[in-house]
Amino acid sequence: MERYSFHFNARRSVTDYKKDEEMERKSMQKCIKIISPCGILGYGFPKEPFLNAFHERIHGIVVDAGSTDAGPHKLGANVSIVSRRALKKDLSIILEKGLKHRIPVIIGSAGGAGAKTHVELTLEIVKEILAEQKTHAKIGIIWADFKQQTIIDALEEGRITPLSPNIPSLTKEIILDTKTIVAQMGHEPILKALKQGCDIILCGRSYDPSPFAALGIYHGMDPGLAYHLGKILECGALCAEPGTTKDSILGTLYEDCFTVQALNPIRKCTPTSVAAHTFYEKEHPFILHGPGFTLNLENCEFNEIADGIIEVRNSRYIPDSEMKIKLEGARKVSYRTFVIAGIRDPLLIHQLEDIERKVLQQVKSYFTEIPDEDYEVNFYHYGQDAVLGEQEPTPLKGHEIGVMFEVLAKEQELANSICANVRSTFLHYGYEGRKSSAGNLAFPFAPSDIEFGPVYEFSIYHLMRITRDPFLLEVVEV
Amino acid sequence: MVKLVEIAKILRSKNAGPFEITLDVLFDEKQTYEEVKNAGVITKETIAEIYNLSPADIHHLVYFDQALGIKITIARKISSGSPGDRDVYGAQQHAPLMNLEI
Repeated sequence: MERYSFHFNARRSVTDYKKDEEMERKSMQKCIKIISPCGILGYGFPKEPFLNAFHERIHGIVVDAGSTDAGPHKLGANVSIVSRRALKKDLSIILEKGLKHRIPVIIGSAGGAGAKTHVELTLEIVKEILAEQKTHAKIGIIWADFKQQTIIDALEEGRITPLSPNIPSLTKEIILDTKTIVAQMGHEPILKALKQGCDIILCGRSYDPSPFAALGIYHGMDPGLAYHLGKILECGALCAEPGTTKDSILGTLYEDCFTVQALNPIRKCTPTSVAAHTFYEKEHPFILHGPGFTLNLENCEFNEIADGIIEVRNSRYIPDSEMKIKLEGARKVSYRTFVIAGIRDPLLIHQLEDIERKVLQQVKSYFTEIPDEDYEVNFYHYGQDAVLGEQEPTPLKGHEIGVMFEVLAKEQELANSICANVRSTFLHYGYEGRKSSAGNLAFPFAPSDIEFGPVYEFSIYHLMRITRDPFLLEVVEV
Repeated sequence: MVKLVEIAKILRSKNAGPFEITLDVLFDEKQTYEEVKNAGVITKETIAEIYNLSPADIHHLVYFDQALGIKITIARKISSGSPGDRDVYGAQQHAPLMNLEI
């Protein structure tokens, strides 16, 4: 077991008088204030807390729009995770405020996966809003797409390594199968856009904290504090209590620390909520790897310096000896058709797995001309072990089971045909001891079979060593 | 003996990238956290057993005093959203930890 022993910094028990003194000292210092309206652009946020933040001077609005969390489909199929309507709704509020106050608006991982089509969709919406608001802006667009050949060259030069031990090594064949490849940018290309005076910066795939860090670094602040603040702000108000990705949060960078505070009075940050958020969705609690650096948060201190204002110190930025960026790519692996049905008959529930095996045998004996390797059928039993699968320690058998079965096949037509046959065979299968001779499955919908379309997998999730900034900045005036 | 779910403030799971799942156990009192830490129950061996993994599939198990929390990062057998995956966000993989007796 790894056990780290820290210098535990007990929360200071400061009196209100001391808190006031601290706030006064802070008010004299140079500071950079950044608003993050929500955790993902298009998730939505209450307007009032966001607008109220502008009673004081704000230096920029930064919002993350992407994630790999929702799986490889967005990147592979070039689709967005939020609706176009929601994207436009959120962006209209943000752009109006940003342009009015003449402060930069930075969007990280535009459109969800941050590939060309995602950035183009966001740009199209931005232009629409500018036209509707009858205003103009200088827009910086930073592309994060990579050509297959660039990755093949890097592979042949030994510049590519998997990100964790359970990721397969990359091959030329996999790269050629992967149509869309992006990499996560650091703050460098965003800094370039800020220096060129862009009002709106649309970033392709970015390391989530980078757009926040870029704004801090642009104003001469410490990169360790700027990135750590970015890590906390990129999820919106998730670091407050109660936490949510659908509300605004305010971050303030000082020369030797930063503070975080909720903008909506129904939420409040605490030292634990902010420290715990440093933890969130990262493989290690205090060592964070970013593009070209490591963030060491081992000696960070989290203190409440005024009601709901949490101050963080000692975040350390350590540049790596080599610049490496994280590549992401998704390839199509099959087509899916699936069915959802309920089973209520206890005689059937009792021998479900066995019946499914027999149904499959019957399907295979019908489609003898189709090779086994051309398709696969999977059954999921909701109410039993659908979520954890073979890792389920406590198999529950209730009075009903939601069964979902999917067929994955080389072609969509094949998936549809086999799924239809699995469904009809299962529906009418005459198992041992059956009394319900009219049918085995309760379908909630007609039609029962749902054509899902292509299925993707993350085929590239590797580090690539680079020697120069590969992210291209394009500036347009609209 | 008490179950982990009864004393933890937060007990959650989430993807840490598409190939790993990270489990966070957070407490709201330093004393409870210290007791769990000192009990020595949450180890790579225990996690491997509960999740039916080999110890090598447990990439990190770290106690983080400032946050009064424990982070455990495990390898996914199937990457997020690939055929055969059951939990794209990895958001419901924490349940087996809840009944761990401390």
